[in-house]
Parts: sequence; structure tokens; C-alpha cells
Amino acid sequence: MQMLEVNNLSISFNQYTKGLRQQKLNVISSLDISLKKGEIMAVVGASGSGKSLLAHAILGILPTNSQMSGTIKYKGELLTPERQAKLRGKDIALIPQSVNFLDPLMHVGKQVEASAKKVDKQNAKAIRQSVFERLHLDENVAEMYPYQLSGGMARRVLLATAIASDAELIIADEPTPGLDPGVIEEALKSFRELADKGHTVMFITHDIEAALSIADKIAVFYAGTTVEIAKTKDFNGSGKKLRHPYSKALWQALPQNEFIPREGSQPYPSNLPPGCLYAPRCELATDACLQGQPEMRELREGMVRCIHAT
Amino acid sequence: MQLEAKNISFRYDNGPWLFKELNLTVNRGEIVGLTGVSGRGKTTLCRILAGLENPLEGKVLVNEQTISKREYHPVQLIFQHPEKAVNPKWKMKKTLYEGWNVDEKYLNLLGIEHQWLDRWPNELSGGELQRFCILRALGPKTQFLIADEMTTMLDAVTQAQIWDAILKVVKERNMGLLIVSHNPELIEKLCHRVIEL
Repeated sequence: MQMLEVNNLSISFNQYTKGLRQQKLNVISSLDISLKKGEIMAVVGASGSGKSLLAHAILGILPTNSQMSGTIKYKGELLTPERQAKLRGKDIALIPQSVNFLDPLMHVGKQVEASAKKVDKQNAKAIRQSVFERLHLDENVAEMYPYQLSGGMARRVLLATAIASDAELIIADEPTPGLDPGVIEEALKSFRELADKGHTVMFITHDIEAALSIADKIAVFYAGTTVEIAKTKDFNGSGKKLRHPYSKALWQALPQNEFIPREGSQPYPSNLPPGCLYAPRCELATDACLQGQPEMRELREGMVRCIHAT
Repeated sequence: MQLEAKNISFRYDNGPWLFKELNLTVNRGEIVGLTGVSGRGKTTLCRILAGLENPLEGKVLVNEQTISKREYHPVQLIFQHPEKAVNPKWKMKKTLYEGWNVDEKYLNLLGIEHQWLDRWPNELSGGELQRFCILRALGPKTQFLIADEMTTMLDAVTQAQIWDAILKVVKERNMGLLIVSHNPELIEKLCHRVIEL
């Protein structure tokens, strides 16, 4: 069953430039992804490529100066603002990127129990305790306020809130930075177990290694769109099985691979190139690439947005 | 020429000791990794080494001398979140030139484009901001750099670009570099030795 389908999603912001003059910034353009029940999809890509915005669009918490077009379906039905308001925090949970999302005036244990209460009112505390144990959080942390936690502890509390909520769709927005390998492993294991129990996870991350260890498939984002959907096993060796040149660049830039610092940077939303968004940095780019944004097409059991990919 | 922590101990208020009588040395020209589970005080230790925090016991020495608060600190710290380390109400130019008169050659080396200098911090991505934070810390009197999870929030290509640039500078100026990271592959690739906290 399809849990989540995002079709042709575009998001733009209105920004004031000088005085009352406004500029429209296309931060996400023609983006498609879909997730089946029980699946983990990792979303990797450049910072500022629209990964978090996609998460916010699914939850319906985009800022007010944004416009959205395209469709998002949850369990086959259109996700309207009313439905989003009803589902978020219950059926759909977000693990936010910033630890500032914790309530600064509430003991963190209570914050986790609040989300466990939606599952089982009587046993909220027990659920909280078992999740804490799992993530190596001491029992006395429950009585602390967010400012008393280290970065890694705060992030584990955020993880605990989502794991305790038992939501059907979990969107984890960069849940691992600042955590040590042991805790990352536990967190990833919890995601995998949740998925095996029929939950669906969208795992947004920079940590490709972590993504590979649990995900079923990987979506690569660049400049606000998907450039490739690959199977996890395609990220292997020298990256020959990858389809898009940017996916290959990402893979080869890892310290455990070749650590290649490929030049250039992602284009700005205010200054997008006319054709393929990766063309200015691409070795394969030809005149044809400048004619228009390539369509997403199927290739070797995956998807790619590149006319040269084989 | 070395950065030395001598028997330093620290705790917040009446909390448990983060570390007691800790000793650590980084020589110039040396790249040292610092790892350890979260909440052990890695960031606190970095802050103490860079003079942002005072140890409760022990002292930090640079070339066998304590550093007074009034002089340029030869140990500079680069943080995990660049957006929290720049003044949001200053254009990037002002932030960059606050510490020293930045060389043109360094702008190129770190891949900072001239047009970025006239932007506000919220108009740049994390990777671009981090380049400014690094360059700001590279004044002529800087002898040691501490990178506290400096590239954790960045994508792999940007990470590789930034490390490539920083290694060039560190080598050229024979600086000492302390790298805090949870990424074993990165530590393995870059460091001469590793300290576990």
C-alpha cells in the first residue's frame, strides 16, 4: 500500500527585495517521491536542497509566505490542511532538525510522555522509560529541562518523542548529527524495527553511511528536486551503479571513499540555471542539457533526472 | 610550540565532574582527533582550550604561557552551527573583517565568492556560512584551530571541499588542528592520532 505519494510538488516563497518589490523564489520544483507501508526511504543531498521543506510541506507547517502546487497523498487520499492538522503528532510524527523544538519550560521526560499518552494513557511512563533506556538516556534526564542537556542528549530526547508516539509515518529530519556511533546505531535500529512492524519512515540525513545501513531506497536531492531514486545497494564500490552525476559526486566525496572535493556549489533559488540544475557543475553537460529541466525517467529499477545517465 | 591542557577539571555548578585532572597536548603541525560519547564534555573542553571558559582547576598553556583575555587568542574555535556563530544583523563583510584583514588568496582558497560579502547571513547556506567562520578564525596570529563538529551539518561534497581547503592552510602555516567528530572515517582519514574522552 502506498503510504505517501508526492507528485509534481513545487514550493515557492515571496521575498521582499527592495522596498515593496517582491521576488518569487522557487525552492522546490517538480518533486516526486513515494513511500510504501513498512518502507524506509532515506533522503540525502546538498544542504539547502529542500529536504526539510519537503518534511514541513507534508506536515502542513510551511511558513505563511509560501505557495505550494502539486499534490501530497497520504494513504491514497489527498492531504488537505484540515487532514494534516488532524494527523500530525498522531499518525504522522516529525523528528525536527533543530533541538530548539523542545519546550524550554517543561521537563523533557514529560514531553516524551505527552506523546506516549496518545498511544496508551496508563502506561505512558513505562513507555517513556523503555525508550529512554533504549537510547542510553539516564532516568534522571527525565527531570531535566532542555537547557541542561548536551546537544546529543537533546537530540535523543527528540528521537524518543517520535519513537514513543507510535506514529504510522515518521519523518526524521537529520536526527543523528552530534550523536556518538553507539547511540546512532540504537536509533537506526529503532527505525528499522518500527519499519518492520509496519511503520513507514522518511529519513532525511547527510550521513550516507547511516542511510545505507537501514534504508530500502535512497532519494538524492539537489537544488529543490529529486535527481535520483536509487536502491541502497547501488551505493557501492566506486559508485558505478549510481545513475546521476551528483549522486556519484556525493558518494565519491565521502572520507571512506575518495574524499574528492568536487568544485562549485548548488545554485540559488533566485538564480536557477535554465536547463538541468546540475549542468553548471556537470562533466557530462552538453548544449542539450541547457534546453530544459530533464524529466524524471526510469532506469535500471531506479529513477533519474539526467539525459545522459545510462 | 604546543597547546597544552595541564590537569584541568571542570563541572557545571554542582553537577558531576565532566573531567578531572585532564591532560592533553597538541603540537604545531599536528592533527589530533577528539572523540567520545555525547555529553562527556567534548564541547566544554574545546571552549576551555580556546579560552571561552575557565577550568575550575588546572590551566591551559600555549607555548608554555597562559593567554590573557586582552590579547588575540592563538587558539580559535569553529563551531558546529555557523548560523549561531555570526551576527544576524551584520553583513558577511563586517563579520569576516572583524578579526583581521583577510587576504584575497584565502577568499579563493576557501571558495568564498565576492558577491557573498554583501549578503546577510540568512541569505547563505550552512556550508557557505561555515567557510566565513573558518576564514574569520584564520588570522595571522592563530596557531591552533579547533574544529568542533565543524562539518557535521554539511553534505559530503561540501565537507570534502572544506576539509581540502583547511588542510592546505594548516599545512602551509604549520598550525595545530584538533578535530572533534563522531565520524570514525573522517577521523581516520585526517588525524595523526586520536584522543578518546
